[in-house]
Amino acid sequence: MRELICINCPRGCRLKVDDDLNVTGNFCPRGAIYAKNELTHPVRTLTSTVKVQSVLERRLPVKSSEPLPKEKVFDAVKELDNVEMKAPVHIGDVVIANVCNTGVNIVATKNIEK
Amino acid sequence: MIHHRLVIIGGGSAGMAAAVKAYELGEKDILILEKNNYLGGILNQCIHNGFGLHEFKEELTGPEFMSRFSKQVNELGIKYRLNANVLSVTKEKVVTYSSEEDGLVSVQADAIILTTGCYERNAGAIQIAGDRPVGVYTAGQAQLYLNCYGYLVGKKVFILGSGDIGLIMARRMTLEGAKVLGVAELMPYSAGLNRNIVQCLQDFNIPLYLSHTVKEVRGKNRVEKVIIAKVDEKMQFIPGTEMEFDCDTLLLSVGLIPNNDLFNNLGIKFSKTRGAMVNQDMETEIPGIFSAGNVLHVHDLVDYVVSEAREAAVGAVKYLNKTTKHAGFTYEIKQGYGIGYVVPQVLNIDDASEKVSFKFRVAKPFKDIVINIKEGERLIKKIIKPAIVPSEMEIVYLPKELFQKEDHVITVSVEEKK
Ligand SMILES: Cc1cc2nc3c(=O)[nH]c(=O)nc-3n(C[C@H](O)[C@H](O)[C@H](O)COP(=O)(O)OP(=O)(O)OC[C@H]3O[C@@H](n4cnc5c(N)ncnc54)[C@H](O)[C@@H]3O)c2cc1C
Ligand code: SF4
Repeated sequence: MRELICINCPRGCRLKVDDDLNVTGNFCPRGAIYAKNELTHPVRTLTSTVKVQSVLERRLPVKSSEPLPKEKVFDAVKELDNVEMKAPVHIGDVVIANVCNTGVNIVATKNIEK
Repeated sequence: MIHHRLVIIGGGSAGMAAAVKAYELGEKDILILEKNNYLGGILNQCIHNGFGLHEFKEELTGPEFMSRFSKQVNELGIKYRLNANVLSVTKEKVVTYSSEEDGLVSVQADAIILTTGCYERNAGAIQIAGDRPVGVYTAGQAQLYLNCYGYLVGKKVFILGSGDIGLIMARRMTLEGAKVLGVAELMPYSAGLNRNIVQCLQDFNIPLYLSHTVKEVRGKNRVEKVIIAKVDEKMQFIPGTEMEFDCDTLLLSVGLIPNNDLFNNLGIKFSKTRGAMVNQDMETEIPGIFSAGNVLHVHDLVDYVVSEAREAAVGAVKYLNKTTKHAGFTYEIKQGYGIGYVVPQVLNIDDASEKVSFKFRVAKPFKDIVINIKEGERLIKKIIKPAIVPSEMEIVYLPKELFQKEDHVITVSVEEKK
């Protein structure tokens, strides 16, 4: 039996997982998915910023469009250092495609018009 | 003097949500005054995700969440002034602001909603012995510098206080190459959400020292050393428990305080939340002046900020349309054993909507408890909780029929199992 805290939302359900990966204590289905992932291949959503050429802002906030394998998070941050975007940029615009060969994109999370 | 029926002070998530709701309810003469040169408030710097799960059923980052509201404000054509710093509010509902473009302007309002957010407790608000070197920042300042300007405030960091902003910054600075040596929390439990302890500290093996606080900061010009020690139940340092950390930065995440400055001269009462005392419509003691969001009580979930702001907007529109009675049966809402605070503090049941919301926090962590809401001695609602902590605000919606106008006091209290 393993005990985990679900990190998917602020409710922070206290989960119990048995050896056959049966999950209890989750208020919603996301908790069960989280627990299974956490014990087999943990994933995390990455949020960060990249440089942007703009008259309004210096940094463009970004996120991974899907959670990344946990062990790739630091590598993904390194790739972000080499990126410079140019305004206009819009929410959802791809900043890096297939970051670190994970199949996941890094996308913009803010609209910067100029 | 310029006149607007509804003036909203502060264009963060609370201000925007209130404006949109009031507009939807038919109030078109709205002015939002925002001192920054952008809408969205604190969410602009909260680039992490975890916003909006209730509101949009999606996990959004702060900027994404707030852009959905600013889009609505713009599409509806709701008026707002940026760079408009509100200087004063009077009982007669005159709002005065200054801006470079407009100069000093007074606006006569018929109703006002105050949504000015909160500020962080800083080094002046807590007593730390030792030197006063450079390198002590609030977690929110460090967040602003890093997320908006790309500037990392330090390389070797110690954090005092386990508030969520500090935890979020522990992860953020670690990912940017800083070494976070630890987090000290005065209380025997964390002030931040469990999910942030897991994903911001445990993921990076950052230790959390509960019942510990900073005893001394050393450094000539820049912070060089932070010394922490354990405290006993009376919050006194226990000799011999000191630990030293060589670091260049101390981040403070020791609490947020409602930014009520504009209300100070109104002569209204404040509650235990350090926000204004309000009724079920988030209306202060002065009819037609409302308050919502972090300026009323500090929230950890923007979804609840938004729903509270809408309640204030409903109240303001009722007031403007002269359908609020401000009369009839009135309850006083009190916090009983184990409860830190309850919002609202006053309930005019004849003015209430079909459902009345009670928001509250416990005063300390509990396990296996029942929360009782009573009118006088009569139980009107019972909530069973396997575990509850002060960092998680509870919200219950009570149907109006539950209130029977028998006793003027409603109490929310914790009952521990024998
Ligand atoms: C750092 C931080 C991290 C958070 N993380 C999360 C999270 O992960 N998930 C989540 O759901 N919630 C989170 N929250 C909580 C929630 O998002 C915020 O509490 C919420 O956005 C607050 O909205 P608000 O409108 O009350 O305040 P704010 O966003 O602070 O807005 C107040 C506005 O009023 C303006 N203002 C102030 N004084 C004046 C004046 N005199 N004249 C004119 N304008 C003025 C300010 O410039 C600002 O724009 C976080 C909060 C903080 C502080
Ligand atoms: S199980 Fe569902 S409700 Fe519970 S913390 Fe996870 S996502 Fe939130």
